[in-house]
Parts: sequence; structure tokens; C-alpha cells
Amino acid sequence: MKAPLLRIDGLVKRFGGLTATDCLSLDVAEGEVHALIGPNGAGKTTVINQLTGELHPDGGRILLDGTDIVGLPVHARVRMGLARTFQIVQLMGSYTALEHVALAVQANAGHSFRFIGDARADERLTGPAREILSRFGLATRADRPVAALSHGERKQLELAVALAMKPRLLLLDEPMAGLGAAESAQMVELLQSLKGQFALLLVEHDMDAVFSLADRISVLVGGRAIASGSVAEIQADPAVRIAYLGEGDA
Amino acid sequence: MSPPQATGARAALAIGGLLVFLLALPFAADLLDVPATTSLVTRMLIYAIAAASLNLVLGFGGMISFGHAAFYGIGGYAVGILFQHARLSEPLFGMMLGTEQFLIAMPVAIVLGGLAALVIGALALRTTGVQFIMITLAFAQMLYFLFVSLKYYGGDDGLVVRRRNVLFGLDMRDAKTFYFVVLALAAAYFAFIWRIAGSRFGMVLGAIRQNDRRVAAIGIGVYRYKLAAFVLAGMGAGLAGGLWANYARFVSPDMMHWTKSGELMVMVILGGAGTLFGPLFGAAGLITLETVLSAWTERWQFFLGPILILIILFFRGGLSGLVALFSGRNR
Repeated sequence: MKAPLLRIDGLVKRFGGLTATDCLSLDVAEGEVHALIGPNGAGKTTVINQLTGELHPDGGRILLDGTDIVGLPVHARVRMGLARTFQIVQLMGSYTALEHVALAVQANAGHSFRFIGDARADERLTGPAREILSRFGLATRADRPVAALSHGERKQLELAVALAMKPRLLLLDEPMAGLGAAESAQMVELLQSLKGQFALLLVEHDMDAVFSLADRISVLVGGRAIASGSVAEIQADPAVRIAYLGEGDA
Repeated sequence: MSPPQATGARAALAIGGLLVFLLALPFAADLLDVPATTSLVTRMLIYAIAAASLNLVLGFGGMISFGHAAFYGIGGYAVGILFQHARLSEPLFGMMLGTEQFLIAMPVAIVLGGLAALVIGALALRTTGVQFIMITLAFAQMLYFLFVSLKYYGGDDGLVVRRRNVLFGLDMRDAKTFYFVVLALAAAYFAFIWRIAGSRFGMVLGAIRQNDRRVAAIGIGVYRYKLAAFVLAGMGAGLAGGLWANYARFVSPDMMHWTKSGELMVMVILGGAGTLFGPLFGAAGLITLETVLSAWTERWQFFLGPILILIILFFRGGLSGLVALFSGRNR
């Protein structure tokens, strides 16, 4: 079998006496959607932040395509194809939607030590950026500052920015959080359409979304993976039902 | 929002008007029999360059550097020390390196300003927030005391630069000639900042100011872009300091004192941080207030404070905000 794109091996993170990530091992194959679920405080975002490099693990390895990335800073990991979205949107208030995506295109195009040319008029940046925005139905919002966008649109913009980076593995931290029913459905549809273009590690509380998107699910409780398997397997797993899904529910 | 062409044309008109005004100013000053105005505006332009360089890190990049006067002072001392060695025909670093050539001394001032910023920035930019403010302040004060202790270069008495640097055959002693040299350099520096602000580098810098976490998540190494901006700012301050040494024909450690850093900060904030012409308005505004108030009373600083507080409280974006307010009315 081919080596997985991402392999987490014995990852440990402690905050004082609390072990937030407890010897966690999991992997994500090329093109796979792997969902990470678990109750609040299970340590899902902690895992994401260790993958991106914002947190440094106390032990274990993170292999991206066979290379240990634990020592690398955030931006270097992104350059290797590891993009993310944030649970709480992280955007630049005064920049327009287009400028956000164009900045991602720019970062992908190499260094930004160019001091003279007008970036806003650079077709090499705005062209691809507009194209991505229209794929997300945000074309009419392109020239609005993000402060003027709705929450749902900002969530979509986060995804558009990530996509502009042409990731190999995208870490989605609660893409549905705070979305209404209609917006959620739209987001699921959007993610559905992206499936297969890159691998996804999806952290999400919306079980309907998880069950319709995921190829594989891992259940995190107390920083430890208590189960891992297909949607059907997880739905049937008695330990999961007790720990997380709630008896008789699913 | 108005169409970009219209705002672009308006901006071009305003900038053209400003340039014509500054070009005509020395002649108008002669006609109106207030020739000292030329020298006063020269001072404003030099401070405008220094403030604009600080604005690059503070306004555009969101780095609150409280030690910017260090680079300004280094630029000044570069000109002063080179001049002293040329005048006394004494070797510098074992070689005959003194010069009174403007075209040599000024680039040296700029490069040394940038080098100092590279060293200080490389260390200080590993911190953020209050720590960054304190570290930049500490480095600047270290340099201040270093130059106070350099008795060979005048210590805390400073160093007199007997003559202005030589530039082609120009009569640099003439206030008007020197004014135009400064104006040309100020215009060039503001044009440079304008290009930077809209460039790829400028987009990264503006994004870092607003959300450095997002910038890193896009795959951009925040530190090196901050450092590059810091170095560019140090070079601008070196330029301004070198011009000041020529203008005042005197340099002293006071150029690097923390109160000078504070003064530059006040200019940036008064004019409107993160705006292109804010530093120019801020420098002109602060120097005008100082001049007017100090002619009126000895305790002018007592009155300056409340005025600054009022402007900053009531005009968001400082004097630039005020200008935008008025130009916005007759749209």
C-alpha cells in the first residue's frame, strides 16, 4: 500500500497536568476525507494546531509525505501543501474578498519581495483569484471589504483562500460552525464538489455533514482516538455511541 | 464607492497641486518678505521623510517601534563623522575615508541606517507588543549613550559640520537651493512609499498588520517581511538624518534620544498612521504648532499637549482624516 499523505505517530501534547493529545496516531491518505469528531474539549483543535505548527507537540512525529514536519514553522508547512481554515474566521478586516484570495495566489507564486508593481492591478494575481471567487459564488462580493460580508460568506472566503493555495491536504476546523441550515447545506455541497482534489482532515460537530462527506472517521475522546473506521463502522461502534453519539441516537 | 479612475484622477490632481505649491513656496516666501519660511519648510520636509519611514513600520506594518530616532541619528552622524575626517584629513578605519561629497555621504547614511535597522530589527522583531516597544526603545537608548560617550566625536556636545556637503556645483549654503535638494529627495521617498504600499510587498505588510496569524496560514513567513520593512524604514530615517546634519550643520546624541523617537511617533499619529501623506501633514502640523506656540509663550508644550489630544480624539485618522473630510464634501 502507498504511504499515506499525512501520518501522525504517537503525538503527545500536555498543558500542565492536562494531556490534550494522548499518544494519538492517525493517517490521511491522498484524496481522502478523514473526519475527526469528538465531544467538546476532546482536543481536536489542539491536534489541528500541532499539525499547522502553531503548537509544538511534546512528543511524537507528524509526517507529511514521509517528511517529519514537527520542527518546521507554520509558513513552511503551508508551502509544503498543508493549508487550513480557522474555526473562528481569521481575515484582514480592511481587505476585500478579492485581495484575500489574491494574496494567497501571490504567496503561492513565490516570494513577495516585489516593491514596485501595483499588486491590485496584477492580472496574474487577480485573474485566478476572481475565478476562484466565482466558483464559490462570491464574484459579486469580490470588491467588498470582508467587514461587509456575512458570516457565511466569510466562512466561504476562508475556504476560497485555502483553495487558492492549491493544497495537498486541507485542515478544516469546523467549517459549519455558526452557519444556518441553508448555509450549512451549501457548504456541504461545496465541499462535496471539492472531494478528491486534495485530502481533507475535517473537524466538525455537524454529524449530518460529517456522515455525508467523510470516507473515514476517527473519534477523539480525551485526546485519544477511541475508534477509527468507515461511517457505517463508527455509527455501529458501541463505545462511540456511549462516549459521543449518545445512546440510541445517530 | 466612487470608481477608481475618478479617485485616481482626484488624487493625482491633489498631489500635483501640493507639488506645485511646494515648488513655488520659496519664491512666494521671498515675495511676501518671509524668507525664513523656506528654511522652516525644509525642516518640515526632512521630518516628513523621517516620519514617513517610521510610518512604513508603524502605520503600514503595525510594528510600534519606539526607537526610530536611532536610525535618524546614525544617518546624521554618518554625514558628521565623514565630514570631520575629510576636514581634518584624518584616517577613518585606517583609511582616508572622510568625504564631504553629498553623493557619497548620503548613501553611506542611508546604508548605515539600514544596517543598524537590520541588526536591531533581527533581534527586536522576535518579540511583539509591549516587549517590542521596550526593546526598540532600549536599543535606541544604548546608541544614544554610545554616542554620548564618544568624546572624539564631541560626546554630548555633538559635532559641528562646518559646511554642507558638496553636490555638483550647487551652492548648498543657499537656503533655496538646499530646499530644492531636500524637496527632490522627499518627493522621491514619498513616491517610493506610494509604490511600496500598493506592491506585493505592501499587500503582505498590510495583511501582517491586520492578522499575522492569517498571513502565516497563507504560507508567508511573517518575520522576514517585517524585517525587510524595518530595514527600509531604517534607510529612510538614515536619509532624513543625513539631510538634517546638512541642514543644521550640527549633529548630537539628542538626534537619537527617545524623545526624538516620540516626536516622530507623534508626527505619524497626528498626520494619520498608515496613510501616504499623513507623515507630511503630521510633520508640518507639529512643527507649525511648535513654532507658533513657542513664539507666543515659553510654556508652549503645556498648550501643545491638549491640542494634540483634541486632534487625535476628534479626527479619526489624524490630519489626513481631516483633509479627507474636507475633500470628501465637495465630491
